[in-house]
Amino acid sequence: MSIRVHVRIVPRSGLLDPQGQAIEHALSALGFSGVGDVRVGKAIELSIDADTPEAAKSSAREMCQRLLANPVTEDFLIETDGT
Amino acid sequence: MTRVAVIRFPGSNCEAETLAAVKRAGGEGVLVDYRDTVLDRVDAAILPGGFAYGDYLRSGAIARFAPVMQAVKELADRGGAVIGVCNGFQVLCEAHMLPGALQRNAQQRFASRPVDVRIERADTVCTADYRPGEVIRIPVAHGEGRYVADPETLAVLESEHRVMLRYVAVDGSDQAYNPNGSMNDIAGICNAAGNVLGFMPHPERLADSALGSDAGQRFFTSLIRSVQTAVAA
Repeated sequence: MSIRVHVRIVPRSGLLDPQGQAIEHALSALGFSGVGDVRVGKAIELSIDADTPEAAKSSAREMCQRLLANPVTEDFLIETDGT
Repeated sequence: MTRVAVIRFPGSNCEAETLAAVKRAGGEGVLVDYRDTVLDRVDAAILPGGFAYGDYLRSGAIARFAPVMQAVKELADRGGAVIGVCNGFQVLCEAHMLPGALQRNAQQRFASRPVDVRIERADTVCTADYRPGEVIRIPVAHGEGRYVADPETLAVLESEHRVMLRYVAVDGSDQAYNPNGSMNDIAGICNAAGNVLGFMPHPERLADSALGSDAGQRFFTSLIRSVQTAVAA
């Protein structure tokens, strides 16, 4: 079956995220107070043919390690529909 | 004659200046398409600046899988010089041919201006015609040039003297000296063997005295001379 997989990629904690900082400043300028630690990553959605959600996740994990995320600078989270 | 391949990916945009600098230095520049799978009778390869594959996903992340990259890796494995300039540096990091990664500039803006860099290693294929410690002014043009690596990798780079170029403050300069917030002010590094080099500044853009300075030209005279010496030896 085809399983919808959601991959979230975020800059590794501790690394400077200039985009996140710029957004934080912009939010503050718009009057949103009390907003902190803004981090900008990416969301990648894909459909994977697999027998189980676990198999789809395992496949997505390998994709993250080899292409979707850079292990030097990014962490990733994988979720599937209905899990 | 020393043959230097200049690899053109979809989105490369510095290949013409790079080929011209190679030619001025007395080498033969060969434009190689990213779909080619062999580097025929080539002594060195340069991955030029630009925005290969539109920088999609991450700078260099897709270019790393271009057909030509296998031949580039093989050239490096047999000791040939492989040089990544700007986007080429990003490609070499993504290809794991150099450690670390290049992140969005800390200043949150594209940096397009001259920088002062110190030649930390005057014994690489690209810097042999400079004096050790010499400071030169050449341009940078990048949005993602902030070099980052884990503390262990940084310590190895420093202890093995693999930081070949570093941004330095020059007395009286009106510019913030580190254009991107790079760790340890790193502008360029090399691999352990010293034949794979990557740096963010663009020596090919200031390599002709008609432009007011040819501070970058010795990157190319060094390369041609180093390769000729290696072939003769």
